[in-house]
Amino acid sequence: MPLDPNFLRYPMLRKGMDHDLYPAANMFEQPKVSWPEGKSVALMVTVAVEFFPLTPNDGPFRAAGHMATPFPDFRTFTARDYGNRIAIYRIMDALTAASIPATAFVSSALIDRTPKLLQDIQSAGWEIAAHGEDMNNIHYGDMPLDVEQRQIEACLAAWSDYGVTPKGWMSPGRGQSEDTLSLLKRAGIEWTADWGNDDMPYAMNDGPVAMPYTDEMEDRKCITILGQNEEVWSQQVTGAADLLAKEAQSHGGRILHLALTPYIIGQPFRIKFLRDLLTELAERDDLWCATASDIYASWQDQIA
Amino acid sequence: MKDPKIYGHWPYRDRPKVTWPGDKKLAFWVAPNIEYYELHPPKNPHRSPWARPNPDIVGYAYRDHGNRVGNWRLIEAMEKYNIPGTVSLSVAMCDHFPEMIDTVNELGWEFFSHGVYNTRYAYGMDRAQERQMLQYTIDRIKAQTGQQTRGYLAPALTHTIHTIELLAELGFTYSCDLFQDDQPQPLNVPGNPLVSMPYSLEVNDHYAFNVFGLSPQQYTDVLKRQFDTLLEEGGTSGTVMCIPIHAYLVGRSHRISPFEEILRYADEHKDDIWITKAGDIADHYLANHYDDARTHIAQFGGSDAA
Repeated sequence: MPLDPNFLRYPMLRKGMDHDLYPAANMFEQPKVSWPEGKSVALMVTVAVEFFPLTPNDGPFRAAGHMATPFPDFRTFTARDYGNRIAIYRIMDALTAASIPATAFVSSALIDRTPKLLQDIQSAGWEIAAHGEDMNNIHYGDMPLDVEQRQIEACLAAWSDYGVTPKGWMSPGRGQSEDTLSLLKRAGIEWTADWGNDDMPYAMNDGPVAMPYTDEMEDRKCITILGQNEEVWSQQVTGAADLLAKEAQSHGGRILHLALTPYIIGQPFRIKFLRDLLTELAERDDLWCATASDIYASWQDQIA
Repeated sequence: MKDPKIYGHWPYRDRPKVTWPGDKKLAFWVAPNIEYYELHPPKNPHRSPWARPNPDIVGYAYRDHGNRVGNWRLIEAMEKYNIPGTVSLSVAMCDHFPEMIDTVNELGWEFFSHGVYNTRYAYGMDRAQERQMLQYTIDRIKAQTGQQTRGYLAPALTHTIHTIELLAELGFTYSCDLFQDDQPQPLNVPGNPLVSMPYSLEVNDHYAFNVFGLSPQQYTDVLKRQFDTLLEEGGTSGTVMCIPIHAYLVGRSHRISPFEEILRYADEHKDDIWITKAGDIADHYLANHYDDARTHIAQFGGSDAA
């Protein structure tokens, strides 16, 4: 029996993308931007501050880091909680010591669950960006529109009640439905970190700006998924900084995104590598260390 | 079925000597996969394109990075060392990103067919459907680039039992789909002469980075060792080395500089190696070695006895 004839039809075969979310682009042909004080590369450090409920969602996938064993997965639940009570303070100290600001993607459930941590994040001068209510609240294709809308509204209402207005958003597990972008835009979100297809920000047709998310250099992907050692991970980051600084000479300001996960890089045996990496980055004179929203605002001012 | 019987057993030792133009020992080619993965691919009953339901924006964006960013870095690096690409092409790229296809065509790169999209698997196609798909890719590459397609690598390496014989029937001269050898060899199918062209999964950047978790430098070291061994063996009889890559992997900011090292390494050895394209390797082999090889292979019997 042959395949369904639709398999040999290509309805979206056309110039540009096979969807209408954003136009096709070549990063090297975009208008040049310059960062404050003539710096070549904006260093955008983000920290995932996630709450993983003990009972995981049933939906079509689970966010990376979620429960893995049959219920009750105490080992994963507590190992993730370790990130939010112990490991994150090591990261905070390391970033403060290097005078590098950060943007935290925070599950809004932590407003009630870990109030002191929320205060400490703000005292450290970190930006708070929205990251759903908790890691069960994934967005995925064909999910009911009203469910998704309520999910976004509940998260942003919790932040509003807390007195914070997040400009940025990362979906739990970075998944989106066909409607996520337009819903986020209408909810007032200015940028997202769900899209990993560029090293620079770009505008969506009907949605917040995509800030570059470099999953290839995430501590989670490198160390726990690919099994690289910490030295290899940090060498890749400094190698990227060198290449991006070189590109900036001819193409304008670049962005180096460094995604950190407390329960991974904040382990006692790993924190040294983060401290050393941040020290090395802080010593460079070509980096502008800024929050994601500050980088977004600088880019937006120059491009819009 | 125990054996597809598409080539014969042919031990590496004591084969007729393969010579390359200029008495070079190693034919060296680089295969950038320039691919398009769809956001909303149709369901193939045998394999799901994405880990998550459509739209799987994480997987999609990961590949799209190659077309927005990585390929342009890779093209610059290849140009720096004057190494031409033999492009494994998702032919839909001719429509979606014609500027990129025209750019590398003008640089003299060769294109071979890698299906229409890398999310349209051949699994489950009947012979007529697969033939139609292959013919479409031949025609579309011709219309965009003027090139007559000579080679094939199945999209996402998805084959049917008819794939290889269809290639011979449609006038392809080489297939990159088979991994049994470090030299070209005749394929035992009716129709036009067709050779198996060494590609490689073992030194493919996908395996290096996403399966083995190698660092950028480790990957370059792997490629250098592959190169050194095949160059040494090429002193006895000409060998082939392919570097199969994806811009969404090697074109990342942390990988492109270490990757450039292997291009420089090849350039430094250009007196010993034939830096070329897969179609030229196939042409040379067909003109100079194909007939002798068939005769030689026949004496080993084995699985070639179709």
